[in-house]
Amino acid sequence: MFEEVGTTTEGDIIVNVGPQHPATHGVLHLVITLNGETIKKVEPHLGYIHRSIEKMCESLSYRQFIYVTSRMDYLSSHINNHACALCVEKGLQVEVPPRAQVIRVLMDELTRIASHELWWGAMAMDLGAFTPFFHAFRERESINDIMEETCGARLTMNYMVPGGVMQDLHPNFQKKVKEFMQLYKRKIHEYDELVTGNVIFQNRMKNVGYLSAEDAVSYGCSGPTARGSGVNCDIRKIYPYEIYDKLEFDEVLETGGDSFARYMVRIREMQQSIRIIEQLIDNIPEGDFQAKTKAVLKLPKGEFYTRVETARGELGVYIVSEGGTTPYRIKFRSPGFSNLSVLDHIARGSKLGDLVAMMGTLDLVIPDIDR
Amino acid sequence: MSNEELKTKITELLPAAAFEEGGEWLTINIEPRDWLPLAQQLRNNDSLYFDYLYCLTCIDWKTHLTMVYHLSSTKHRHNIVIKSKLDRSNPEIETVSHIWRTAEFHEREVYEMFGVNFLNHPDLRLLILPDGWEGKNPLRKDFEDPINMIKL
Amino acid sequence: MWSFSHIANNLHEWLSKTFNPTMTLIIEMVLAGVAVIGLFAALGLVLVIMERKVSAWIQIRLGPNRVGPKGMLQSLADTLKLLVKEGLTPNGADKLLFNLAPFVAMIVAMLLMAPIAFAKDFQLWDLNIGVLYVSAVSSIMVISILMAGWASNNKYSLMGAMRSGAQIVSYELSAGLSILAVVVMTGSLQVSDIIHSQANGWWIFKGHIPMVIAFVTFIIAITAETNRAPFDLAEAESELTAGFHTEYSGMKFALFFLAEYVNVFIVCAIGATLFLGGWMPFHIGNWTGFNHVMDYIPSSVWFFGKTFFLIFVIMWFRWTFPRLRIDQLLNLEWKYLLPISMINLLIVTAMAILGWHF
Repeated sequence: MFEEVGTTTEGDIIVNVGPQHPATHGVLHLVITLNGETIKKVEPHLGYIHRSIEKMCESLSYRQFIYVTSRMDYLSSHINNHACALCVEKGLQVEVPPRAQVIRVLMDELTRIASHELWWGAMAMDLGAFTPFFHAFRERESINDIMEETCGARLTMNYMVPGGVMQDLHPNFQKKVKEFMQLYKRKIHEYDELVTGNVIFQNRMKNVGYLSAEDAVSYGCSGPTARGSGVNCDIRKIYPYEIYDKLEFDEVLETGGDSFARYMVRIREMQQSIRIIEQLIDNIPEGDFQAKTKAVLKLPKGEFYTRVETARGELGVYIVSEGGTTPYRIKFRSPGFSNLSVLDHIARGSKLGDLVAMMGTLDLVIPDIDR
Repeated sequence: MSNEELKTKITELLPAAAFEEGGEWLTINIEPRDWLPLAQQLRNNDSLYFDYLYCLTCIDWKTHLTMVYHLSSTKHRHNIVIKSKLDRSNPEIETVSHIWRTAEFHEREVYEMFGVNFLNHPDLRLLILPDGWEGKNPLRKDFEDPINMIKL
Repeated sequence: MWSFSHIANNLHEWLSKTFNPTMTLIIEMVLAGVAVIGLFAALGLVLVIMERKVSAWIQIRLGPNRVGPKGMLQSLADTLKLLVKEGLTPNGADKLLFNLAPFVAMIVAMLLMAPIAFAKDFQLWDLNIGVLYVSAVSSIMVISILMAGWASNNKYSLMGAMRSGAQIVSYELSAGLSILAVVVMTGSLQVSDIIHSQANGWWIFKGHIPMVIAFVTFIIAITAETNRAPFDLAEAESELTAGFHTEYSGMKFALFFLAEYVNVFIVCAIGATLFLGGWMPFHIGNWTGFNHVMDYIPSSVWFFGKTFFLIFVIMWFRWTFPRLRIDQLLNLEWKYLLPISMINLLIVTAMAILGWHF
């Protein structure tokens, strides 16, 4: 698995970054060819935590397999579950009650904020600033508390079931969410003061890791990575699911294409998520939180595909059903896998220190890439 | 473009294309040898302009393999699904990694998981499986791993 | 009155009475050596706990709070742990250089203790080229880092060492130039002379804006020279895991760690001596009453107070700023700091000749 230790014929050195390395936030293994400090080639080696979730799901029922997907992109596990639930509902032709839809969207947006908070802290840490990590966790912690109260878990929520959500909201939910939004609005300026406005930070991010719009589309990038290059790719806008078409929010676009643009997309996206939550938090309709479904679900013969916008980009769930109680084949199109493939393209010619910044702004979550 | 319009357009380009009914998006079954010229047409034709390959995978039907390509257009916002039947003992299809760069990684994944050989792929090596992996391809239906796999 | 110089003089008198002069000198040298080693260890412990508390305070958390009162014995426990850890030497490493490097780092740090005036008339060695000695000896530090990086047989270490070499050699220039500004004003390289010249006001106040510029340049340069964030490229955690000391473990790692903190202390002490008057109390013009009150504060308190203030500033940098990139780091030195400090030195020279300072 490891390249021959040493140098290439041109005298460039080969460095193994990972599988255990502080900047890869997991077990990503990059083989980097370096000329001095300049990167000539980045080659990802994957599979260190490949659990073959797709194979596992083939032997799990339609109710069970949703929970395995929490372990793919553990930072937006709720949105993964959502995508799977949507796909099963598409096959079953089940109408989700309005209350469940609103709850799902609320939870999705909270998850998105939590994920971006963690990304913000971790990315600043990649650049050598340790403090933002703790400031980000202060806000993220209150989201986790909200999740814990309603879903019973803090990271892998497993709150979605086909047809709705598993249980009703906790009575404190609305109060807690409003408290969180107040906290967030009070603290958001600290983010700009600590990181965004910092001269060193801006110099590290601007004109680094340039990704053109054409390349972003060709490499299959999605989510904030592609939107930083000016590609309209927010699934919530272009292929709306649940109640996103009735909500007012902007698709965040930056045209810079560099690391700073990708950074700003995520920062601004958090504010859009807050905007969505504000619209919904006082308007949760009464009613059932789950549609009536059979105890054992059977999808009709056919193929079902749903696309959902997770915190990292477009998650596709592709279920091939033979009419049984388990999927015949399931494919997760994970955003991280495609976003990683662009790393070599944008990193060539830049400095080693910038590679870390680029990996930070691509927001790579390794279990999502390895599945 | 609507599905009907796409259908007529594709029929013009490839008369041999067989359409599959019932899906959400237009689904076309093609022969593997037709894939590369069709892919170039789909990508470069201005009225089609399928520039976003968002899902590339394979299904093992025990008798044969099926390659599935999900394409969409960032300009026209239409979707299309291309399927191609491959021989199970010697699966081969042309690569599209020079048309859609994302295919390079996805094809490497399909190569190791299903054993599909992508002709003219620039760098067809194992990506996820450990180097020196011998034996069957993990996502095929007849794959058995008595040590690590738990049957439910 | 009790003071360090008083104690030292009494000790010297008692030793002279009891032993012959040669024996006295030998005993005094041993005592000084023991004192330096003791101070070295104490500084390591104090600065580590200070760094952890300051970082905890900046990062809205508590920091160490289990070992001892308010966690104050945490660094002692850590040292014990490091002492009993196995010191690994990787295969293929240059064993001699690898094991020598931490000691070189520590010896350099100890040598730098010599000309520092810790209190009024309390100095190990008041040599007449004290400032020159400091800037010369502190440059040897880079050799230990290069030794460690080269001998480790690890690419991360090598890259960290190379970065560090480029960095220290560059920033040595602007550090030297800003020290020269004070030397030009004082007209002496001797540490005690420099301190005495600030009896009627510290250089940072007396020297108008050019001296402030020199002070700021000095602070930036010493932060870079001691490899502290935002210039910690030599050990950039997220890029090079731990840079030049990636392969070190146990006490050998601890010596590097200790040397880093002692170096921070020494450069801050020098900064305090040159710009903030060393042990000189804070005086304001003709406010006799105020000045008398200030005089009552012992000189050692003044010295350590100023030094620890500068250390705090440097820690503040570390926990606030992101890290620079290697080309930005060198640009900052060669394109900005060096020209600025050169022009600044010219202005300071003109001021010294024309007597424009207070």
